[in-house]
Amino acid sequence: MTYIKKPGIVHPSLPKNKLGLTSRDYEGAVSTLCAGCGHDSVTAAIVQAVFELDIEPHMLAKMSGIGCSSKTPAYFVQQSHGFNSVHGRMPSVTTGANAANRNLKYIGVSGDGDSLSIGAGQFVHAIRRNINMCYILENNGVYGLTKGQFSASADIGSKPKKGLPNQQEPIDPVSTALSLGATYIARSFSGDKAQLVPLIKGALVHDGFSLVDIISPCVTFNDHDGSTKSYAHTRQKDHHVVDIDYIAPAGEITTAYDEGSAMPVELHDGSKIMLHKVDSTYDPTSRAIAFKYLRDRFNAGEITTGLLYLNDSRKEMHDLMGNIDMPLADLPMQSLRPAKGELEKILKRYR
Amino acid sequence: MAAINDVVIKIGTVNGTGSASANGLLRKAIFRMGIPVVGKNYFPSNIQGLPTWYEIRVTRDGYQARSDRVDIMVAMNAQTYAKDMTDVTPGGWLVYDSTWPRNQLLDREDIIVVGIPFSRMCNEHFDGVRTRILMKNIAYVGAIAALLDIDLEVIKELLEETFAAKQHMIASNMDAIHLGYDFAIENVACPLPPKVERMDATSDQVVIDGNTASALGCVYAGATVGAWYPITPSTSLMDGFRSFCAQYRIDPESGKRTYAIIQAEDELSAIGMVLGASWMGARAFTPTSGPGISLMSEFIGYAYYAEIPAVIFNVQRTGPSTGMPTRTQQSDILCCAYASHGDTKHILLFPSDPYECFTMSVQAFDLAERLQTPVMVLSDLDIGMNDWMVPEFEWDEDYVHDRGKVLSADDLEEMEAFYRYLDVDGDGIPYRTLPGTHPKGSYFTRGSGHTALGAYTENAADYQEVVDRLLDKWETARTHVPEPDIAYSTFNKSAILTVGSGNGACKEALDRLGKQNVGLNYCCVKAFPFGESVKDFIEKHEVIYVVEQNRDAQLRTLLILDCDAAPDKIVSLLHYNGIPLNAGFVVQKVLEEISKGRAA
Repeated sequence: MTYIKKPGIVHPSLPKNKLGLTSRDYEGAVSTLCAGCGHDSVTAAIVQAVFELDIEPHMLAKMSGIGCSSKTPAYFVQQSHGFNSVHGRMPSVTTGANAANRNLKYIGVSGDGDSLSIGAGQFVHAIRRNINMCYILENNGVYGLTKGQFSASADIGSKPKKGLPNQQEPIDPVSTALSLGATYIARSFSGDKAQLVPLIKGALVHDGFSLVDIISPCVTFNDHDGSTKSYAHTRQKDHHVVDIDYIAPAGEITTAYDEGSAMPVELHDGSKIMLHKVDSTYDPTSRAIAFKYLRDRFNAGEITTGLLYLNDSRKEMHDLMGNIDMPLADLPMQSLRPAKGELEKILKRYR
Repeated sequence: MAAINDVVIKIGTVNGTGSASANGLLRKAIFRMGIPVVGKNYFPSNIQGLPTWYEIRVTRDGYQARSDRVDIMVAMNAQTYAKDMTDVTPGGWLVYDSTWPRNQLLDREDIIVVGIPFSRMCNEHFDGVRTRILMKNIAYVGAIAALLDIDLEVIKELLEETFAAKQHMIASNMDAIHLGYDFAIENVACPLPPKVERMDATSDQVVIDGNTASALGCVYAGATVGAWYPITPSTSLMDGFRSFCAQYRIDPESGKRTYAIIQAEDELSAIGMVLGASWMGARAFTPTSGPGISLMSEFIGYAYYAEIPAVIFNVQRTGPSTGMPTRTQQSDILCCAYASHGDTKHILLFPSDPYECFTMSVQAFDLAERLQTPVMVLSDLDIGMNDWMVPEFEWDEDYVHDRGKVLSADDLEEMEAFYRYLDVDGDGIPYRTLPGTHPKGSYFTRGSGHTALGAYTENAADYQEVVDRLLDKWETARTHVPEPDIAYSTFNKSAILTVGSGNGACKEALDRLGKQNVGLNYCCVKAFPFGESVKDFIEKHEVIYVVEQNRDAQLRTLLILDCDAAPDKIVSLLHYNGIPLNAGFVVQKVLEEISKGRAA
């Protein structure tokens, strides 16, 4: 149960970030998901990413819809406001929140059920608006809370625990986002924290809409033989393309990667993400290449992971609208109404 | 019967031909002569090419409702000529375009038919198809000016204001005015008996539609986020907000916007954006109509339970389903009062004219933030899209918006702990915090069961504590919402009770009934939940005629549910054909009920 408190003991040797906080300060309530759920690994990766980025907890907003994935914002960064909304509507709530206050970081956690069925419309339009948010899609191909029905991302031939294999075409969130012009698109695997943490960090820092599609196996309903989103299947078929490391503007984390194969990309805020080309022919700034690569690997039965597409030149929602830099929610009321005497002038039009 | 400064002009044209500006010119000219006037649109759900009508009621007594007469019909649309002729009140006039012969079979003995060759005159005088069509409209304004003795100088003054930037248009429009005017003077005994004469009854008035007034209210309320999906008849509300913001919401230093208008992909999303923005502390709203409310219902229930402010304008149209999108009704009362599954109920405000659309816009945001819940402003197509004469709006420079119970960073710093749903003050309203304020203010907003401390729960007592406290808040709301408009004429045991746009017709009906020695008391409710004064009013009377514009007596049902009103003393007078209510209907129905033995 989420109201069970974790013990508040912090080991003195735990490293602290620039704010003097430890990773424990970024944790949340105890998870109520099944033991071994991929989503808990994603939660841990989010904690790590937010800690390493030195984000003040109250300057982060945690948004979600409905489903197993959408419960997880309760399990990280307790000192952030959370909004567990209704099914498939996390993008619209995040859009409104972001419209009111552009100073916060927004992390939206959704799942394949929440994003690709009832929420497909909102997912698509959040991308079109290029809302400045990190959209995490915990993808397991199955509805957990209602006990094992297929979701829209289930692959053809996936077998449920009971019943017939799926015959319908899956919706791939990555190709969908690519076709819609999302500006940061990544895919990873919940069991690969080394790859996942930098991808989430890059997504949080990216100025615009970033999608991190995470294969996150459901241990209870979709981790059996025949499932294409099981731990075993994913580990066997995972195909890394580009790994990244997030580099803060101060440039503190610079080593540990082979510079010969690194491709630095400068982000809006001046920070850089370093793209590691496992496949040296891959260029993550080209949509055409990304499409072809994804399709070729898919046809070869492989799941492409890593940073798959990045476009840092497109304006995010506020800049597209020409909005003031200050949060709209912080504008004093006096500044929002016409000056004295203006009402009379307005009403003259109606005389 | 028509009389001086008491005349109804109805103009039948084809939509998309520019007749709206001609009709506006005519209405404004009468207003500028100091004479009370209202304008009603009857338009199709269509962009171009179908019949449309505009009705101008010149009303020296300042009545707001539609009249039940048509004294002068201007039948410019051959397609509807036969119907238009039958609509003229006996003793009235019909003006038509005599360029083409009309069917003699369609004559009437009891009206006077005036033929004016508008098309021929305009074709001879103007070049270009578009210009000829537009000027034909202006020409009928000239003809009406002659028939009613409208001051041409006033018309010229209006044209000079409209075309200040296009001087050549003033002359050409005045030419068109004279084509109609001069022809009428030469061929008809002008002016007609029901002419207009200058008055001094409009100097502190404006003629405005409710959607524009609501939009202006949103500006003065300090709304910064508007999310919407276009739907008739609410669209002009966001159009109005956009145009006011373009003028008044540009930061002088940066030249950037201090507002965000987001056209959502649908109403599901529009309300989600409003909740997100309100949760973040901005004043946010969405305008919609009945079908939009159906789509928004899930989130409306969420906002009720998670206690998030939201302002929703429902400009009601004729239902059910798609219904008649360009016709009016008050048929969303129950659907809005109890929108969403589970035990929910919502604050409704009922403006009865554009003046109240302005004031209630501001009130709606104050109430939504004070009570941390959705507030729905229920106007309708009649108020929202028609031209009403109302007193000039006023703004008190000392007005302080009620932002409700929001804790600041300093408040939180001093507090030991913050609990989102705790009733600290005993009024059922908890304190809230805004994201980005302080780490101590964080909480998890959820539509699932929660305790007074804000934690998830499946515990029976903890769940019930919160939903019971919401009822306490509901009782607090009852004392915060606007009071009804109550008038005792001659105290007796019968009364008329109405809501929203029924006000104009009912007040006029009270005058007419009074002249027939039927004295009734009056109550126009302004909000739900109903306050003590509404309960008290119902208790005081033996018979209450509840006048409303829907089939199922929704207001009556709500009065019975919320005021424990005795069902047998509430007599429903229902008008639901999509046309705005008029006084004649109310008078007739009340007299019928009295003749059936109901006390008056």
